[in-house]
Amino acid sequence: MRSRINDFAIKLANVNGTGSASANGLIMQAIFRMGVPVSGKNLFPSNIQGLPTWYEIRVNPKGYTARALDYDLMIAMNAQTYERDVQEVRSGGYLLYDSSWPLDAELHREDVNFIGVPLARLCNEHFREPRERILMKNIATAGALIALLNIDGAVVEQLIEEKYGRKKALRESNKRALQLGADYVREHFSCPLDFHLETMDANGDKILIDGNTATALGCVYGGATVAAWYPITPATSVMDGFKEFCEQYRKDPKTGENNFAILQAEDELAAIAMVIGASWNGARAFTSTAGPGVSLMNELLGLAYYAEIPAVIIDVQRVGPSTGMPTRTQQGDLLECAYASHGDTKHILLIPANPAECFHFAPKCFDLAERFQTPVFMMSDLDIGMNDWVTPKLTWDDGYVPDRGKVLTAEQLESTSKYFRYLPENGTAVAARTLPGVHSKGAFFTRGSGHNKFGGYTEVPDEYQEVMDRLLRKHKEAAGWVPEPIIEERAGARVGVITIGGCDPAVREALDILGDTGRPLDYMRIRAFPFHAKVAEFLADHDYCYVVEQNRDGQLCSLLILETPVAKEKIRPVLIYSGFPLSAKHVIDVITAPDVITGKAQELNAVYS
Amino acid sequence: MPSIVKPLVAHPSLARNELGLTIRDYEGSMSTLCAGCGHDSITAAITRALWELSTPPHRLAKLSGIGCSSKTPTYFVSGAHGFNSAHGRMPAIATGANAANRELTYLGVSGDGDSLSIGIGHLCHAIRRNLNMLYVIENNGVYGLTKGQFSASSDVGSKSKKGEANRMSPIDPVQLALSLGATFVARSFSGDKQQLVPILKAGLAHRGFAIVDVISPCVTFNDHEGSTKSYRYTRSKQHVATESDFVPPASEIVAEIVQSGQTHITMHDGSVLRFTRVPEDYDLHSRQAALSYLKEHQGEIVTGVLFADESVPDMHEMNNTPQVPLATLPFAKLCPGSGELAKLMEDFR
Repeated sequence: MRSRINDFAIKLANVNGTGSASANGLIMQAIFRMGVPVSGKNLFPSNIQGLPTWYEIRVNPKGYTARALDYDLMIAMNAQTYERDVQEVRSGGYLLYDSSWPLDAELHREDVNFIGVPLARLCNEHFREPRERILMKNIATAGALIALLNIDGAVVEQLIEEKYGRKKALRESNKRALQLGADYVREHFSCPLDFHLETMDANGDKILIDGNTATALGCVYGGATVAAWYPITPATSVMDGFKEFCEQYRKDPKTGENNFAILQAEDELAAIAMVIGASWNGARAFTSTAGPGVSLMNELLGLAYYAEIPAVIIDVQRVGPSTGMPTRTQQGDLLECAYASHGDTKHILLIPANPAECFHFAPKCFDLAERFQTPVFMMSDLDIGMNDWVTPKLTWDDGYVPDRGKVLTAEQLESTSKYFRYLPENGTAVAARTLPGVHSKGAFFTRGSGHNKFGGYTEVPDEYQEVMDRLLRKHKEAAGWVPEPIIEERAGARVGVITIGGCDPAVREALDILGDTGRPLDYMRIRAFPFHAKVAEFLADHDYCYVVEQNRDGQLCSLLILETPVAKEKIRPVLIYSGFPLSAKHVIDVITAPDVITGKAQELNAVYS
Repeated sequence: MPSIVKPLVAHPSLARNELGLTIRDYEGSMSTLCAGCGHDSITAAITRALWELSTPPHRLAKLSGIGCSSKTPTYFVSGAHGFNSAHGRMPAIATGANAANRELTYLGVSGDGDSLSIGIGHLCHAIRRNLNMLYVIENNGVYGLTKGQFSASSDVGSKSKKGEANRMSPIDPVQLALSLGATFVARSFSGDKQQLVPILKAGLAHRGFAIVDVISPCVTFNDHEGSTKSYRYTRSKQHVATESDFVPPASEIVAEIVQSGQTHITMHDGSVLRFTRVPEDYDLHSRQAALSYLKEHQGEIVTGVLFADESVPDMHEMNNTPQVPLATLPFAKLCPGSGELAKLMEDFR
C-alpha cells in the first residue's frame, strides 16, 4: 500500500463528559505545531455528560480543511455508537478499540485492520482514582496516536508543559498516560501506519482559533463598551471571550475600573433592548445570540430599524426550527435576519466564512450600524464559531478610525436654528442623529410609532411613506459599503457556484476536483446583504449558478431571486442541511447527481459533455 | 383631548428655578389623553418635581413603553430626549441607556399593563440590578387604549364598565418591588399632588431603583361604580401611611427635636427626605415592616414612601464602571492596538 504523508482523516468517537475534548485538542494542536495543515470538527451533543460525541481531524498537504467523510482511522471509544462507527471506516482503513474486553464478533469487518489497545486495563493498573482512570484513558489514546501517526513527541511534551506547567501531579499523570498508550502500540503493532505525519512548514504565520473568540476580539478592537446577552448555544463563548479580553485590555490601569459593561439579560428581548438603549445613548453595543434569540428579538429589531438606532447582533446560527439541534450547524437564519420584524424591514447582514473574517467584520458591523443608524447582523454559525480553524494571524491597522456616522455635537446644535431628527441634508439617505444629554436643541422623541421626517407623530399617509421610502434608499445605499463578494474565475467556465460562510472550504475543494476533471466552475462567495453590485453581475455573466448553502429552503436562493434581477430558472439550489459541517463530497454529489424529478443527469454534465 | 394649544410665551412673573427656568420650560406638548385622566395630573406633578429640582432639561432621559401612560413623556420637558419604546420593554431599554451614560437622570413612565403583564420580567430584573432611575407606574387597573380590558392590577371583584367582575388575584407592584429588593418603594394617588411631588423628587434623588406606584383613575373605562380604581373609591380608601418633605442638598437643615414617629433619610446626593409622619414603630429601612404594614391595612390603599435604602450599590457600582459615561470613552482607551494583538497571537499557536 502506498504511503500517504500528511493526507488522511481520523475520527474519534467518544462519550461526552469524559475529558475527550482535551485529548482531542492536544492531538489537533500538536499536528498544527508540526506545521501541517489541519482542521478539527467537533460533532457534539446538546448534553453535559454521557451522550455520543465525535471529533474529526483531517490533515491535507494542500490545505483543504473541509470534512473528508472517508476515515482512514476510527478511534472507537464509545460502545453506544460502535456499530455505526465501524461502518464509516474506509475499506483498508484502521479501527482502534479498547481491547480490555473482547470485541463482539458481529462488529468485525474483514476489510478493516483492527488495533486493539487495552486502554481501560492499562489505566486501571496505573492510576488509582476512578475519575483519573476515565480521563487518562483518553490521554493514553492520544499516546497511541502519537506512535501510530508519527506525531512529534517533543511537540506534545511541550504542549503538556504549557498546559499543566504548574500543576505537577496533572502533568506527570498526563505524561505517564501518553507513554502507556504509545509504548503499547509500538510493542504490538507496526508503527507508524502507512498514512502518517511528517513535519512541514505550512503554519508559520498561522494560528488556531475559533470564530467566537475571534468575534469577541473584534468587538473589543471595534470599541464596543456595552454588551448584553442571554446565554445560548452556540453563541455563549462570544460573550465568554469578550469578558476575558475585556478583563485583559479594558481594566483601567490606574483605577482598576472596567471600561466596559457586560449585562446578562433576563431574556433576548431584554438583551436587544439594552443594546438599543445603549446605542441610543451613543455607545457601541452588541448582543450575541442564535436563531431562537433572534426570533425573540424581532419586535425590537423593527423598532431599531424604524427609529433608526444602531444595533449589532452576532448570530451564531444553529439548527432550527424551534429548539432544533442546538449543537449542530446550519445557515438557517438568513431570511429571518434579512427581514426581521413585522412590517417592511430590511437589515444589513455580514456573513463571515472563517474566524479571521469574524474578527475583521466585527468592527465593520459597528461602522455600518452607526453610519446607517440601523441593526447590523453578523451571520456566523456553529461550525465557524465553535471549531478551531487554522487562520492567518490576525492583524490590526492602527490607522483605523471608527465610523460613528452623522452625530451632531453640542457646538453644531448650538448653531442650528432648529433640528429635525429624520430630515437628511440635500436628499441624502441618512439624517444626522443627536445623543441625549448633549444639547436641548437636539432633544426629540424617539418612537416606534408612525413619524414624519421632522420626528413628530404622524398618521398622515404621505408623511409616513416619505420616511419609509428613505429607509429603503438607505438600505440600497449600504450595498456600496458592505464587503464585496469573493470571486474566483476559471478559464472556460460558463456556470457559477455561489456560496456563503463556512461552506467556503468544501466548495473550493469541490471546484478544484471538478475543475481537474474538466468541469470548470466559477466561484463567488457572498459576504453581505444588501448584495453588492458584483453579485448581480456574476449572476448575469453565467449560464446558471449553483447556490450551495446549509438550509432546507434555499434561503440564499430566495434572497437572490427577491433582491437581484436574476431569473429564478438560473438558480440551482445545492442544499445540505443535516447539521454537520459540509464536505466537498456533499457538494459534488449534488452537483453531479441525476435530477431527482426528471431522472436526467444534472445540466452540468450536459454543459460540459 | 383639549382643542386649544398652549401659548408660546410664559408670563414674566412666573417663578424661576436655580437654572433661571420657569415651570413652562418643563412642560411638553399638549396632552392627547381624555379630559380628567389621572395621568395628566401625574404629568403635572412630574413637571413640578423636575422644575423644583432644577434638573437641566437636556440631562433628563424620559423613557416609556406603550399604552396611555407611555404617551405622557411627550407632555413634559420637551427639552429632554424621550424614548417611547415598545410594550413592556422600557426597563430593559433604560438599562442599556443607563449602562452607556450614567450621568443622565432617568425617568421611566409605565402603566399597569406595560409593567405588570407584558414587561413584568424586565421590571423585575431592573429592580434586581438596582438600576439608577425613577420608575413611575401610572396604575389604573385597565387597558385604556384597547378599550377596557382588565389589567393585572385589577382587584378581585372589581367590575369592568360592562359589569363583569375580575376573578383573578391582582399583582401589587409595591409588594412585588419590596420582595424583589427595590431600594425605594412608594405609592401615591394622582389626585394627591401634595403627596406625590415630594415623593417623585425623592425618587429622582435616590441612588438606585425608585419605584412609585401611582393610582391614576381612567375616567373613560374604570371610573364607575364597582371599580376599585375609581377616583371615588381611591379617595375613600386612601390610607396615608407616611408623609414627607423633600429638602434639596444645598438647603440648610435646621436641627430639630425628633418627635415620636418622625425621621429623615439622607439621599445619596445629600438631599434629605424629611418625614413629618410615620406610623409608630415603623422602620422605613425594613422591607418586612412595609410588607407587614400593607397586610395589616389590606383593603385600604396605603400611600407614602414605604421603604428606602440608600446603601445598596447600583448597577454601575456592581459592574465597577468608571464615573464617566462609557459612551464618551475615547477610542484610544478601548482599542488595544496592533502591538497587543501581535503578542496575543502567540497564545493561539
